[in-house]
Amino acid sequence: MKEKILEIIGNYNKDKTRLLDMLHDIQNVIGYVDDESILILNQELKISISEIKEVISFYHFYSNEPMGKVNIYLNNSVTSEMHGRGAVLDAFEKECNVTEGSVSADGLFGLFPTSCIGMNDQEPAAIINGKIFTRLTPYRVHEIVKSLGNGIKIEDLIYEGDGGGRNSLPEIHSMVCNNIRRRGALLTHDYKFFDTTNNLLSEKSPQEVIQIVEDSNIRGRGGAGFPTGIKWKFGRKAEGEHKVIICNADEGEPGTFKDRVILTEFPEMVFEGMVIAAYSVGADIGLLYLRYEYKYLLNYLNGILDKMRDKHLLGNNIDGIEAFNFDIRIQLGAGAYICGEESALIESLEGKRGEPRDKPPFPVEKGYLNYPTIVNNVETLASIPKILTKGADWFVGLGDKASTGTKILSISGDCNYPGIYEVEWGTSIKDVLDMCGAFNIQAVQVGGPSGALIGSKDFGRNLSYTDLPTGGSIIIFGEQRNLLSDVVMNFMEFFIEESCGSCSTCRNMPAVLKKRFTKILDGKGVQSDIDDLINWSELLKVSRCGLGQTAANPITTSINNFRHLYDRLIQPGIEFDTGFCLEDSVKDSCSAVGRQPTLHHM
Amino acid sequence: MSKKIIATASLAGCFGCHMSILDIDDRIIDLVELVEFNKSPVDDIKKFTKHVDIGIIEGGCCNSENVENLKYFRENCDILISLGECAIMGGLPALRNGIPIKECLNEAYLDGPTVGLNTEKIVPNDPELPMILDRVYPCHEVVKVDYYLPGCPPRADLIWDALVALLTGSEMDLPYEVIKFD
Repeated sequence: MKEKILEIIGNYNKDKTRLLDMLHDIQNVIGYVDDESILILNQELKISISEIKEVISFYHFYSNEPMGKVNIYLNNSVTSEMHGRGAVLDAFEKECNVTEGSVSADGLFGLFPTSCIGMNDQEPAAIINGKIFTRLTPYRVHEIVKSLGNGIKIEDLIYEGDGGGRNSLPEIHSMVCNNIRRRGALLTHDYKFFDTTNNLLSEKSPQEVIQIVEDSNIRGRGGAGFPTGIKWKFGRKAEGEHKVIICNADEGEPGTFKDRVILTEFPEMVFEGMVIAAYSVGADIGLLYLRYEYKYLLNYLNGILDKMRDKHLLGNNIDGIEAFNFDIRIQLGAGAYICGEESALIESLEGKRGEPRDKPPFPVEKGYLNYPTIVNNVETLASIPKILTKGADWFVGLGDKASTGTKILSISGDCNYPGIYEVEWGTSIKDVLDMCGAFNIQAVQVGGPSGALIGSKDFGRNLSYTDLPTGGSIIIFGEQRNLLSDVVMNFMEFFIEESCGSCSTCRNMPAVLKKRFTKILDGKGVQSDIDDLINWSELLKVSRCGLGQTAANPITTSINNFRHLYDRLIQPGIEFDTGFCLEDSVKDSCSAVGRQPTLHHM
Repeated sequence: MSKKIIATASLAGCFGCHMSILDIDDRIIDLVELVEFNKSPVDDIKKFTKHVDIGIIEGGCCNSENVENLKYFRENCDILISLGECAIMGGLPALRNGIPIKECLNEAYLDGPTVGLNTEKIVPNDPELPMILDRVYPCHEVVKVDYYLPGCPPRADLIWDALVALLTGSEMDLPYEVIKFD
């Protein structure tokens, strides 16, 4: 086995920035990362054992302990719960004889919860040995487990062609559905792939390209909304031996899945966007960080990169432009929401724990391996080729003044037609609800758990960077849902699970808030508990990154917009009650030492 | 203006926060002009002799005596301040919070490496002793706390600024740098 591990390490030239790949490979061979492998990595890479272990423990899909032969990661997003996750979980537990979060006694099955895997429009979904299974039912679970027990391979359990579009290609072979319900400027097939690179790039200077992007006023589609043209301008000015273009495909915000669809149907435009970005800022290194959940797209995407190399769209002197050398490598993540934050993503690309960096310096000055680095979202990069071909004016003509172009929404939850909807910025929530067939709606979560939970009084508001900004996640909740115990609780648990633990505020406060929130749900809350939730949430704003800063949003926005749900639960007339009970709290110690509690007061 | 009255206590703490109060150096002379101390380890007054304006609590609650003391403060003080990590979060004593209390007591009195002198294998259970709580509680989980001054210990300047703000009724200046995590 040692030879095998050494071979894996050798495959990556003992480059410690490729630790994630090595761990993936080791896990593929052994089933988990055992202590012997860690020791070999430690000796060969000169990284301490604890450093390797902290990387393993950071990512959801690595394990330092033996896993099952078949490992089932069942999505626990709120939409999954709404569409029957409970029954599916019960079925898995029964059929596999295992409890969630563990490996069965016979070592055959591992069953684990996992945060949103980007399949919100086809829940409940699970990753089983790297393959995606969507729209699970107890019946289907029975079928899958029985077939696996009969020695049928996991690949053969996928209903071939079920997914439609390019999901049916042999390179992908997935049951995942695109569910594109509305196409706009980006998702229409009115663009010949690589047209810009082939015909336009050599005619324009990098500065001219950046100017067009700046004039289009396109802003980052990942959620933060930084103007792309300005970012590129900074990148152009920054000095470094190398420069780096990173495509952020770590789509982790629960409820968003549009990058998955873009990468399935339009990856050429994403890669071309990266080539154009590289030309503009003078970059030579390209990286696409693909979340582990989308591993089923990896071979397919690599195949497209190979084709691009064959056509001289990657490599040296691209498009005949002297000294324009650029290539793209796809890095597979390993399961961590926080890696969608650009500096955490860069840390992860360097083979480390994905903990956000302190800023400044910003990635555009010192990013990947301290080289000037541009990190752009999949959707942003995919928009670039059309912007160059059709012109900035065309793009500015779409959307509204501050938010130009279109936005691809990932719509899920209580509606007739969940899926992908491309709309112009400035579209109202009401129109979105009408579009996807959503009736009797109680609330809409705009922008995922880190966004806002809004009620009907806000349905007239518009999606835009100046009104309701969103990375694209729209989750709809009907009248029948319990917003607090089902939705807000699920989101708080998500933030507790996904905190990287670096800042004490984000490590602790969501758990503290959840506890107080639970007190209210249990009917033990008082008025001051609501005030505490509001005030304590403020503390999270001092966290280093967006995850920590927004981790209280499920609570604060639900209090703002659904205050009556809280007021209904608290004990009336009591201003303050910590709920502390001396009698209860000394029970254990008194029984441990064998004495009667003496509950006198001073 | 009549002098405001202050009381302090150290519950499950290390007295480090009290040391930090003293660390306001010569400003303590100014403070004495502004306030009068009542129940406090600083002047060794054991029981409240009058109603107090501001109570300052160091340390959280690890036993029943801490709880009684804290409630005693709450009843006798208009304003209660949690001073420092232990009062606010439980601090170092709260490291035991993940361990069942029986295991803690066994380790401390029966199984640990330093229990050789406990030849009779006694876990203290005299009725006179305070009862140990199942976990260490921050003060605000027991009584209402009005203000929190974080730090381990909180810087003397912070304590001073907070007291001055309270005593003069002015707003405290808390720029981002003071509360930023790193």
